[in-house]
Amino acid sequence: MSELSGVIHDIGYQRYAGPRLGRRYVFGSLYTHGLRTAFGLGRSAKAKIFPWFVLGVVAITGLILAAVRAQLGEVVVTYNAFPDTMSWLVIFFVAVVAPELVSRDLRSGVLPLYFSRPLPRGDYVYAKFAALATAVWILLGGPQLLMFLVAAFSADNLSAVWTEVGDLVPGLIYALLWAGVFAGIGLLVASLTGKRAFAAGGIVAVFLMTTPIVGVFAVLPSKALNELALLFSPSSLVFGVGIWLFGSPDGNDDIGPFGPLYAAVAVGLVAGCVALLLARYRKVASS
Amino acid sequence: MTLIATQALTKTYGGRVTALADLTVSVEPGIVGLVGANGAGKSTLIKILLGLLAPTSGSVRVLDLDPTTDAAAVRARVGYMPEHDSLSPDLSAAEFVTHLGRMSGLPRTAARERASEALRHVGLYEERYRQIGGYSTGMKQRVKLAQALVHDPDLLLLDEPTNGLDPAGRDAMLALIQRIGTEFGISVVVCSHLLGEVERICDSLIAIDAGRLLRSDNISAMTTVTDVLAVEVSEGLDELAARLDMLGLTARRDGRLLLVPLEDDETYDRILTAVAELDLPLHRLDQRRHRVAELFATREVTHV
Repeated sequence: MSELSGVIHDIGYQRYAGPRLGRRYVFGSLYTHGLRTAFGLGRSAKAKIFPWFVLGVVAITGLILAAVRAQLGEVVVTYNAFPDTMSWLVIFFVAVVAPELVSRDLRSGVLPLYFSRPLPRGDYVYAKFAALATAVWILLGGPQLLMFLVAAFSADNLSAVWTEVGDLVPGLIYALLWAGVFAGIGLLVASLTGKRAFAAGGIVAVFLMTTPIVGVFAVLPSKALNELALLFSPSSLVFGVGIWLFGSPDGNDDIGPFGPLYAAVAVGLVAGCVALLLARYRKVASS
Repeated sequence: MTLIATQALTKTYGGRVTALADLTVSVEPGIVGLVGANGAGKSTLIKILLGLLAPTSGSVRVLDLDPTTDAAAVRARVGYMPEHDSLSPDLSAAEFVTHLGRMSGLPRTAARERASEALRHVGLYEERYRQIGGYSTGMKQRVKLAQALVHDPDLLLLDEPTNGLDPAGRDAMLALIQRIGTEFGISVVVCSHLLGEVERICDSLIAIDAGRLLRSDNISAMTTVTDVLAVEVSEGLDELAARLDMLGLTARRDGRLLLVPLEDDETYDRILTAVAELDLPLHRLDQRRHRVAELFATREVTHV
């Protein structure tokens, strides 16, 4: 029989009769692919360096904070305040990852291959947005979870653990708001250019350039304008929503009665970014 | 079943630029050549067939589906190979084609298997785990073809598949397309601005110019006129023409060539005998490839 095993059979072309899964599966595949891309999984080692560096820094920070708390028994940084302290790192993370997700596709021209498939155009935008938002959320929520685990295991009784859960959940929701705002702005800027360096620069610029506006409004001799100052930069906007929800961490910043406005602007900003992205890709798909 | 049917299809951009004008064609399954100069409206037609562009007026049906209302169903059964570079350079061909297979709804394992199969069929089996960025132009074209094949479509739309390939690469690509159309049983629409290369592999041809239909017909109907042999001798062209005339072959002069209608295999022998008897130095004796082109050329002239 040994002489038979050496024969190579060209089985020719086989038609595919198996299942073809629907929109939900395709969306899920694109989302997973995006999330893996965000952390450089399935890519070259070079693509992994930066995301894992950032992830390492936030994880170690979370671990140190948890350890300090366990040793000294005092809360240095609360769950809610953790995203605020990490905001600069998150900006750089978004500036690197958002262009990986969308600018790369624009530059290499793979979009016609996506849009000539059953995938609806809007799903591409939603999947990429969800992937980047999840990546940022993991970045901010992961260390919070780490801090929670350390606190929970060093708690004296079960009610203390439940108190921790009560503190953690708002923190995770707050991190989700950070993720939504940062992913929306990051993707919108990155979708405008196929050059990743330009996109990264543009994203950092949007966050950097708006900070002085906040500073100017904060020193104007009008109480209402001072209280509205944080609206004018994405990161301070989210910070403002945090103040409305949890109170000012150090008591310096005051948003007066404008809390709901901050929340509405934050939600509107995310919705606006997604709407603009959808319009952008409607144009890309038909050109 | 009709593969593609359009009725008075018109597409204008912004009311000024006309990409397609009153195009009515009906195409049967098989290998279809879509020929026209650059800017003739080929790519616009393909985008309308995929439901990516809405026609300004007129109707279109692909595989008995309407791409303007049922685009997802059409795209599920169509594979598209774009003209321009459209590959992620940092992925391997296997990963890239697998990912796009999943985008067509293939389950994970099936996508991986079919990606390997598709890459094997286009001749990239050995190289499939290398990054696409390091591929040659010919290999990239093959990856583009593989991703169009991965979900086993009923119709392939290939936009300039031989773009940027050297002559050997062109021949290989055309042979591959011919195999897909005949052995695989998948209908293929091949867009090209080079009539000479698509006419070799196509069952039917659609020629468009400035968005208008020049002609749409079966190749066999177009080439019922017998083929032509081109004879080139370095001297004694007139003597040879006279001699062929005596042998009952009506030779026509075309520059330094003699064009002789090819009636049957014996024509070759009679020409060779004539050349040998006159003791002329024969340079070339081959079949002319440009029959269809001539048909289109005369038609264009009558239009003007």
